[in-house]
Amino acid sequence: MSIRDRACIVGVFEHPTRKADGISLAQLHAEVARGALADAGLTKDDVDGYFCAGDAPGLGGLSMADYMGLRLRHIDTTETGGSSYVVHVAHAAEAIAAGRCDVALVTLAGRPRAEGMATGTAPRNYGAAAPDVAFEAPFAPTVVNQYAMAAMRHMHEFGTTSEQLAWIKVAASHHAQHNPHAMLREVVTVADVVGSPMISDPLHRLDCCVISDGGGAVIVARPEIAKRLERPIVKLRGAGEAVKHQMGGQVDLTYTGARWSGPAAFEMAKVTPADIKYASIYDSFTITVLITLEDLGFCKKGEGGRFVSDGNLIAGTGRLPFNTDGGGLCNNHPANRGGMTKVIEAVRQLRGEAHPAVQVKNCDLALAHGTGGSLGTRHASATVILERG
Amino acid sequence: MAESARKIFAPTPTPETQAFWDAAAKGQLLVKRCTACGRAHHYPRPICPFCGSDRTEWKDATGMGVIYSFSVMRRSSPPYVIAYVTLDEGPTIMTGLVNCDLDALRIGQPVRVAWTPTDGGPPVPMFTPR
Repeated sequence: MSIRDRACIVGVFEHPTRKADGISLAQLHAEVARGALADAGLTKDDVDGYFCAGDAPGLGGLSMADYMGLRLRHIDTTETGGSSYVVHVAHAAEAIAAGRCDVALVTLAGRPRAEGMATGTAPRNYGAAAPDVAFEAPFAPTVVNQYAMAAMRHMHEFGTTSEQLAWIKVAASHHAQHNPHAMLREVVTVADVVGSPMISDPLHRLDCCVISDGGGAVIVARPEIAKRLERPIVKLRGAGEAVKHQMGGQVDLTYTGARWSGPAAFEMAKVTPADIKYASIYDSFTITVLITLEDLGFCKKGEGGRFVSDGNLIAGTGRLPFNTDGGGLCNNHPANRGGMTKVIEAVRQLRGEAHPAVQVKNCDLALAHGTGGSLGTRHASATVILERG
Repeated sequence: MAESARKIFAPTPTPETQAFWDAAAKGQLLVKRCTACGRAHHYPRPICPFCGSDRTEWKDATGMGVIYSFSVMRRSSPPYVIAYVTLDEGPTIMTGLVNCDLDALRIGQPVRVAWTPTDGGPPVPMFTPR
């Protein structure tokens, strides 16, 4: 089903906290929901569809609907890791187009920092029933060393360098300096990044995103409802999603599911990468951005290193301004899941509500992309293309 | 057997993987091969992930391969190496590299299996340069 022009994003909210001591997970979800509803000019009683993922406590959508007092006729708890919320925005538009709901709420929240989670460097175990565990856990895969293997292979095949990857962090830091909530507001140089401690070859500490608490919410509504609200209109124009994995042992770490989700979204939207004025690209690591940009078609496969260099991603000077809130690399990465904030900053850009120092002029078409899971094993890619109404 | 400084997570055999771990205990690496489409896969499954057939069988692997990619986890003490190795039989498998110079590893390097003890389970197939 095409979602083109069938739904609008009418409310967004990003929680200002970066360390949620003294706030429960459920409360964080409720606070971001409240914030997004206020942004839209709606109340919780307008919500009839709810979307959340694995970060929601208890029985997920059921527990949160109970906690927030929602009366729902549509619920969707699709779990694709950090890309879930990009998927949810598209699924919400589909549900609205299908008449399943009129106003959909999507929430994300988490407090890995307050809980002292070793997010990137400790092996994660999704349980003995996961079919891959016996064949992977003995080798201690962590988030960072899995992405590092993707970076290592990309360097091997295409000559990508650490300095080129560093430009991605440099660009994010240029944006983060204007965001008072960002965890890392200091502008860094290529030398700073490649000189930071090596975590897992070839990824340095500054190639990695921050670990933060917080969350965010998005409200998706029927266009007729959007027109009644006193907010700039942001329309859903295209969406695509894809899952990529080890393919039975035919492992290829040089591309992501964006190779499929991107073209699907562009096809639905009837636009091309050259039409995009601003892009939110999931940035768990610098390498995530580089490979994703190639797969989405912003440059050819293997040319990502050259594309991101020399400030090409910096708002005001570069050809493709990206993650103008500072992204996961500098601003926040709530619940270790960055898809939500990617959508939120794209909406700010289309509304003209980004920080003036990073606001893209005449921003009428934006892309938001999420990656959930791991580039090194299995992940879900989700792309949405958003348009100013 | 190869040595590792860190405690290695012990795999739990299941009915569908018991043969793999029984062979591992004897130092034999197995791969699953589909007799319907002829392709070998990993990790091993009773139903072929390529063609969906249930006509899969265990085959002895040579234990030889080349490094597809790797990363030295420097934040761990001592550091360890995670890798993907492409077996001579076709599949590329997640593994670890042991008994090696951490600074001399390279993609494409030939390696052979080095069975490594785990924390109370069957040994796992890591690899070492040859």
